[in-house]
Amino acid sequence: MSYKEILASYKDVPGGMIEAFHAIQGQYSYLPEETIIEAARVFNLPVAKAYEVATFYSMFSVNTRGKNVIRICESAPCHVAGAADVVAALERELGIKMGESTSDGKFALELTECVGQCQATPVITVNGKVYLDVTPAKIPDILAEYK
Amino acid sequence: MAEEIRIVLRNYGKIDPLKIDDYLAIGGYEALIKARSMDREELIEEVKKSKLRGRGGAGFNCGQKWAFAYGAQADQKYVVCNADEGEPGTYKDRIIMENDPHTLLEGMAICGYAIGANKGYIYCRGEYPQVTQILNTAIAQAKEKDVLRDFDIEVKSGAGAYVCGEETALIESIEGNRGEPRIRPPFPPVSGLWQKPTIVNNVETFANVPVIVDKGADYYASIGAPAYPGTKVVTLTGDVNNKTFFEVPTNTTIREVIFQFGGGIPGDRKFKAVQIGGNSGAFISADLLDTPIAFDAMTSIGSALGSGAIFVLDETRDIVDVITRVAKFFEDESCGKCAPCREGTARMYELMEKLNSGQGSANDIVLLNKLGRVMSYSCLCGLGQAAPTPVLTTIERFSADYNAKLM
Ligand SMILES: Cc1cc2nc3c(=O)[nH]c(=O)nc-3n(C[C@H](O)[C@H](O)[C@H](O)COP(=O)(O)O)c2cc1C
Ligand code: FES
Repeated sequence: MSYKEILASYKDVPGGMIEAFHAIQGQYSYLPEETIIEAARVFNLPVAKAYEVATFYSMFSVNTRGKNVIRICESAPCHVAGAADVVAALERELGIKMGESTSDGKFALELTECVGQCQATPVITVNGKVYLDVTPAKIPDILAEYK
Repeated sequence: MAEEIRIVLRNYGKIDPLKIDDYLAIGGYEALIKARSMDREELIEEVKKSKLRGRGGAGFNCGQKWAFAYGAQADQKYVVCNADEGEPGTYKDRIIMENDPHTLLEGMAICGYAIGANKGYIYCRGEYPQVTQILNTAIAQAKEKDVLRDFDIEVKSGAGAYVCGEETALIESIEGNRGEPRIRPPFPPVSGLWQKPTIVNNVETFANVPVIVDKGADYYASIGAPAYPGTKVVTLTGDVNNKTFFEVPTNTTIREVIFQFGGGIPGDRKFKAVQIGGNSGAFISADLLDTPIAFDAMTSIGSALGSGAIFVLDETRDIVDVITRVAKFFEDESCGKCAPCREGTARMYELMEKLNSGQGSANDIVLLNKLGRVMSYSCLCGLGQAAPTPVLTTIERFSADYNAKLM
């Protein structure tokens, strides 16, 4: 589906812009500028208002980013369980820093707050899929799933 | 020996959550039928009498809240379930929804009947896509069996914003806006979603309702602490052997939760501190461990039960480092609507970083205390008001950790 078709399908859903943005990101991994302008048109709002929504929520990105979004939980329970080591291992393995994407467009690295899987810390998610009890040693195998 | 009592998790492991027939076979949706045979006021009175209080953190009497929405005159009312669960260290609502989604739907439908609403929304955090799927499956099955009759439920997905757990921010988000809290009053039971009377309750609160209707208010009120009866699902994280969840009666003490259910601290290390209720909770020292987890007992020691997150730290942990991390959370999650929170959380994080890197002075601690007090009464919503709690309580109770890092 094109982004125009996606947005059109949420046109009559009250408060549907957030769900529409989720659907667009499912395809593009981020919210390209034209999708935000089109969202404003479809939901009959000023562009500023659509942009406000797009920039409020941490799961939405208005900048291009890698296709597979890796998020590392840095909340206190994951922090004391060694999240910093996992961050370092991911940065080393992918050759990028937190907040960056790989040049081949495959991966994006982001920090996140608690994702609600605190029974087995540290935790990372890749495109929403949860990985528990993550250690630096497990990183290569996890990345291999997406290469 | 304290023992687990399973009320909200009564069906955990006993049913296939994706099969409504399993739920029906063990008496599911019978409480809804019973509720609908009752007079609305009588039903609300029963919920009030059970003394069920909100499990989302504020501890408001559930039946009382329903009575406000019941009394409001409107052509449309809404029932909203708060499944935003963003408090670090908390995953109890997910456990309930993953294992027994129909309990939640049934609790919401009972509320809908009580207040006269035919539409419900579940606001499920964006980090739980798998839960959204389970809920949608359950809703489809409930429609097919027509157990909900004219009560319609829809799942709305969040997109990563802790503040959306605050009920008026949540309502803004369902409406498709930025999740910024509204100025209250009016409160949601009077004017909430699309300006209509709205009940917002937590997942765990709703999950208690079918049991109250089924077994009666007196049964429920007799469990746990009299002023905050029932159970609480707690989730244990940090330096504790059993990093898992338990459902315990509300008169269980913090010590029992950590050392009996949690199996104590790993290795030969000693207990140092526990933070209860998530990131905005107070840090509790060893001398207060015999306090029951019930709402009012926690309040009396300057703490809050909050979401029921229990974050344990052993003697090797550096409190200042942990608090710096917590302060960053609030800076990240402040929505920016009110200045005391937007600026205050940033300055608080800045000062904590300074102290944590060994660059801070005693004067910075004085400043933190002052800033924290100002934020606690000047911020618009609970986020900014409670953000200073971990800082203030650790400065008071773990001053040695701070002093050790002074320049
Ligand atoms: C910053 C902030 C975050 C909150 N997060 C949640 C949450 O994740 N889940 C929840 O049920 N309540 C949360 N609350 C409390 C809600 O505002 C509200 O009191 C609750 O949903 C009411 O339901 P209850 O009476 O059943 O507890 C939060 C409050 C604040 C101020
Ligand atoms: S603290 Fe990391 S998943 Fe909850």
